[in-house]
Amino acid sequence: MNLFANILGKLGPDALPQEMVTLGAGIGMTLGALSLVALITYLKRWTWLWKEWITSLDPKKIGIMYIIVAVFMMLRGFADVIMMRLQQALSVGESNGLFTADTFQQVFSAHGTIMIFFVAMGLMFGIINLVVPLQLGARDVAYPFLNSVSFWLFFAGMIIINLPMVLGEFSAAGWLAYPPLSEIQYSPGVGVDYWIWSLQLSGIGSLLSGINFIVTILKMRAPGMTLMKMPVFSWSVLISMIMVIFAFPILTVTLTLLYLDRTMGMHFFTADGGGNMMMYVNLIWAWGHPEVYILVIPAFGIFSEVVATFSRKRLFGYKSMIYAMSAIAFLSFIVWLHHFFTMGAGASVNAFFGIMTMIIGIPTGVKIFNWLFTMFRGRIKFNSPMIWFMGFVFLFTLGGMTGVMLAVPGIDYQVHNSLFLVAHFHTMIISGVVFGFFAGLTYWFPKVFGFTLHEGLGKTAAWLWSIGFVVAFGPLFILGLMGATRRLDHYEDTGWQTLFIIAGVGVMIIGLGIVCQLLQLFISIRRRKQNLDTTGDPWNGRTLEWSTPSPAPFYNYAVMPTVTERDPFWEDKQAGKTTRPVKYTDIHMPKNTGAGIIIAGFSFLVGFAAVWHIPWLATIGVIGAIVMTIIRLTDDNTEYTISAVELAKLDQAIHSKGQPV
Amino acid sequence: MRKLKMNTKVRLLLIALLAATLISVTCWYISTLHIDILNPKGLIAEKEYNLLVFTTLLGFVIVIPVFILAITIAWRYREGNTKAKYTPNVSGNRIAETIWWGIPILLIAILSVVTWTSTYDLDPHKPLASDVKPITIQVVALDWKWLFIYPEQKIASVNLVQIPVDTPINFVITADAPMNSFWIPQLGGQIYAMAGMTTKLHLNATEKGDYKGSSANISGEGFSGMKFIARASSKEEFNAWVNVVKASPEHLTNAEYTALAKPSKDAPVTYYSATADDLYDTILMQYMMPHESSTEQNVSRDAHTDHSHTEGH
Amino acid sequence: MTTTRLDTAATQKHASDDKSQLGFWIYLMTDCILFGSLFATYIVLHNNTFGGPSGNDIFEMPAVLVETLLLLTSSFTCGLAMIAMRQRSKKFSLFWLGFTFLLGLAFLIMELTEFNLLISEGYSWQRSGFLSAFFTLVGTHGLHITIGLLWLLVMGWKLFKHGLTAPTVRRFNLFSMFWHFLDIIWIFIFTFVYLMGVL
Repeated sequence: MNLFANILGKLGPDALPQEMVTLGAGIGMTLGALSLVALITYLKRWTWLWKEWITSLDPKKIGIMYIIVAVFMMLRGFADVIMMRLQQALSVGESNGLFTADTFQQVFSAHGTIMIFFVAMGLMFGIINLVVPLQLGARDVAYPFLNSVSFWLFFAGMIIINLPMVLGEFSAAGWLAYPPLSEIQYSPGVGVDYWIWSLQLSGIGSLLSGINFIVTILKMRAPGMTLMKMPVFSWSVLISMIMVIFAFPILTVTLTLLYLDRTMGMHFFTADGGGNMMMYVNLIWAWGHPEVYILVIPAFGIFSEVVATFSRKRLFGYKSMIYAMSAIAFLSFIVWLHHFFTMGAGASVNAFFGIMTMIIGIPTGVKIFNWLFTMFRGRIKFNSPMIWFMGFVFLFTLGGMTGVMLAVPGIDYQVHNSLFLVAHFHTMIISGVVFGFFAGLTYWFPKVFGFTLHEGLGKTAAWLWSIGFVVAFGPLFILGLMGATRRLDHYEDTGWQTLFIIAGVGVMIIGLGIVCQLLQLFISIRRRKQNLDTTGDPWNGRTLEWSTPSPAPFYNYAVMPTVTERDPFWEDKQAGKTTRPVKYTDIHMPKNTGAGIIIAGFSFLVGFAAVWHIPWLATIGVIGAIVMTIIRLTDDNTEYTISAVELAKLDQAIHSKGQPV
Repeated sequence: MRKLKMNTKVRLLLIALLAATLISVTCWYISTLHIDILNPKGLIAEKEYNLLVFTTLLGFVIVIPVFILAITIAWRYREGNTKAKYTPNVSGNRIAETIWWGIPILLIAILSVVTWTSTYDLDPHKPLASDVKPITIQVVALDWKWLFIYPEQKIASVNLVQIPVDTPINFVITADAPMNSFWIPQLGGQIYAMAGMTTKLHLNATEKGDYKGSSANISGEGFSGMKFIARASSKEEFNAWVNVVKASPEHLTNAEYTALAKPSKDAPVTYYSATADDLYDTILMQYMMPHESSTEQNVSRDAHTDHSHTEGH
Repeated sequence: MTTTRLDTAATQKHASDDKSQLGFWIYLMTDCILFGSLFATYIVLHNNTFGGPSGNDIFEMPAVLVETLLLLTSSFTCGLAMIAMRQRSKKFSLFWLGFTFLLGLAFLIMELTEFNLLISEGYSWQRSGFLSAFFTLVGTHGLHITIGLLWLLVMGWKLFKHGLTAPTVRRFNLFSMFWHFLDIIWIFIFTFVYLMGVL
């Protein structure tokens, strides 16, 4: 037994699932993974997968992989939602519902973490990877290899957060794991360690991506594209990535300190030993508040593109939009305390942070007006991205209003940590972030895949999501005012049950929306021949990415575009300049490499070993990751050249044959 | 063409009717609910309620125009309406933009003033002004129940706190457990309960009744069951209750406390007729100094508490 | 148009130098925020001795001064190595880099000795919030120094084998930024942790 412990750390037979629910989930996940492996083997696709995808440094492919992971994680997170809604609809008075308190707490902790880190962040980095280089008129990102490392770290984090379904348990301390509950004294299991390492790996991935895209945007724009001629989406990404590099190091530190507390017996956040739990709450929100703006600002950027394109009009107040986003980004770093007005800070501190928070409402309001006045005197085509946008305008404005309410400390004292708060931030994240990313995915889908998505199902999905949202979260606003706190696995007050059931119905409507989206994807792929985008410009677009064929070739642009105006492609079309100047030159592209997945694989071992306290495995992981990094970074031969002649052949093939699918 | 237009009008009317019905049914249903925060029974809750109503109305000043604008613009400038003006090259208008930077700034300025004054007014640490002598109640969040110590009456209770109406109550709050949040919606807002630290909340009840209290911050497995009753009664009833508690056979000695502090779920209401001296301070102090420290330090710590005992209270 | 075409190769090389410099600067910014968070943590916890020793009780200033001198000198020799590299002298580059390495190693050994002494006296990171913050802040700097030494070793080998190639020089430029950065962080540690601890 001792030997066992020496080799496997805390990992033992009791780590296997004990409860029916977790057992089912664990078996399901294992079977799913195994059948996927079997399928790939059967189709003999391993080499293809390795050569074309896993080792690829093409940001478009990396973007697609981000989005695939995010979609799967959204399904996982949504399964958690169904479990929570079932439990809260049933567990009243005498009944204890379907799940134990512990399981329920693991479920909501996983839901929050997964939805933010692996769905929202995944979709965001996916879309950024797909669009930003194209929009800038660049062939690649600044550091293609680093991009691959980022993705695979994100992937490793995703595996770690899903492992508790098979081995051990997940954190039951909420999505931000406040100490001392998350300290070893109150959470002795491996759950919190899973949480820490999952976030640590994907967080480092995000940080590296942040650096990567800042340099990409600052250094790789097409000739003539000054910052003030850059598309708004790229601007939003620049602002968001600057926020990433300011915020994510704080997360890295906070998680590390919590892990040191738990493992090394340190006293950063413990109740005794001279620790300070309030410091954790400050640190985690110093990251956490900017984090939500990191997500929503690119969504604002997407809406700006979508509204201008489908209104067929220039974006109203381009500069104001950029000032507004910058102001929001700056302010978001000085409002973190509004997450804990109830921790007992003095009145002047609370009032200051409250007012700072409200001020964010000003630039946000300006953006809404600017979007509406972009539509004013336009010719609006209500394609599905516009339906998402309209849903966003209504819900986000309401959510913003409840946000301003929560920013008043006197009101927050009453509704803090109630379901009112839960409803508020879901309004912001779902209507802002999620709707934005869905709009973006529909909008840029043809650019990446060469065919458009089914419009009818897309519109239905947008409607179902919007209506379902109101039905699912309206009741939560009221429940919060009735005194229902968040995270209850059981309640006595039977007066609450009806509202919880209505919320469950809302979730079912959203579920139908998701079904529509999956169906949309499936049907669109089957009927792709009918929906081919042969022009490369299915929406009558305005920015550079629509000037290259769809799907965009791996080198993005055969000839580097030059820019003289803000909506370059639109202006060119207006001026009738549609012929491409053809003068090919040699181009340099990065070679594929497996180093990214290998480094992330070793990092995964470090994370796994740290969760289960297996020193030898951690050592292997650290050494492996370092050695692989050294090998890669000292390699001077990472690019290959496509000669002008070859490029001409490739390009002409695309233009003469139509689109290869 | 004309027929189609009629149809659109009829359809619009139907949609409007449907929406109106839905909204009224929802409003009617909401009006049948008992919504704690909208039914304040204490001075602080009352002020917080007023603030909520004021902010909501102020919010509507901007939300409603936005909704109307969004609907009108979307409808009027839809692609099918070729009669509407189309100005593809307009990209801004200084005056218009100044207006919508201006309006939110103005509203937020108004709200900021209200926020600043109300935050001072509603500061949980601020004692309530009153002619009535306040009652101090020490609150300890335990795994997973609430312990209320009445230092003046030298009694204690679990999961029930009785208070006289129209009397300022000084809640002095700590935890011997993970972080919790002390909340009685109908009496007023929340403050965290944290080990090794004291937070304060000053409330009073203006009406008799039983009010729900709970923890609003997750603190582990039994968190959902961390509920208590806040019972506001007349002064006489309160005194009678104190006597009932004093007749209880249970004494909250240090040993009894240690047993009580062990995790338990859905703890029943319990009364203690006596409490160990300075129990609250002892609970607080255990997080300030090492447990397994040398005897020398223990002595000095005892001396310190003794000292404060003679001096304080 | 034609002129830009002709220079593509040259501008691309230059652009890639530019890109790596900018990217590395941004990385150093993030590291700065990382250390900033650790400093903030230390400042919050530095009085939380929980009955254990305070900074005044345990800091050995003479040793810390020597450590500081070692690190400052190593920054200086690193600068000399960069000058040698600019003068295309492989021999002198290697010599000064070797010197830098030894100074860095000596610093690290002294730091570990200090840690070891504290632990043997019973003042480990488990003793109090203050000591947790101290070991973590200073230890994180030490970890960075270790990474720097490893980097130096690998690149030194590369320089020895292949000479002053363009990528090698570029990487050494980044290294020198890193090394000076660690120097600055140490000056902050010296001031805020040690000096203010004993004052």
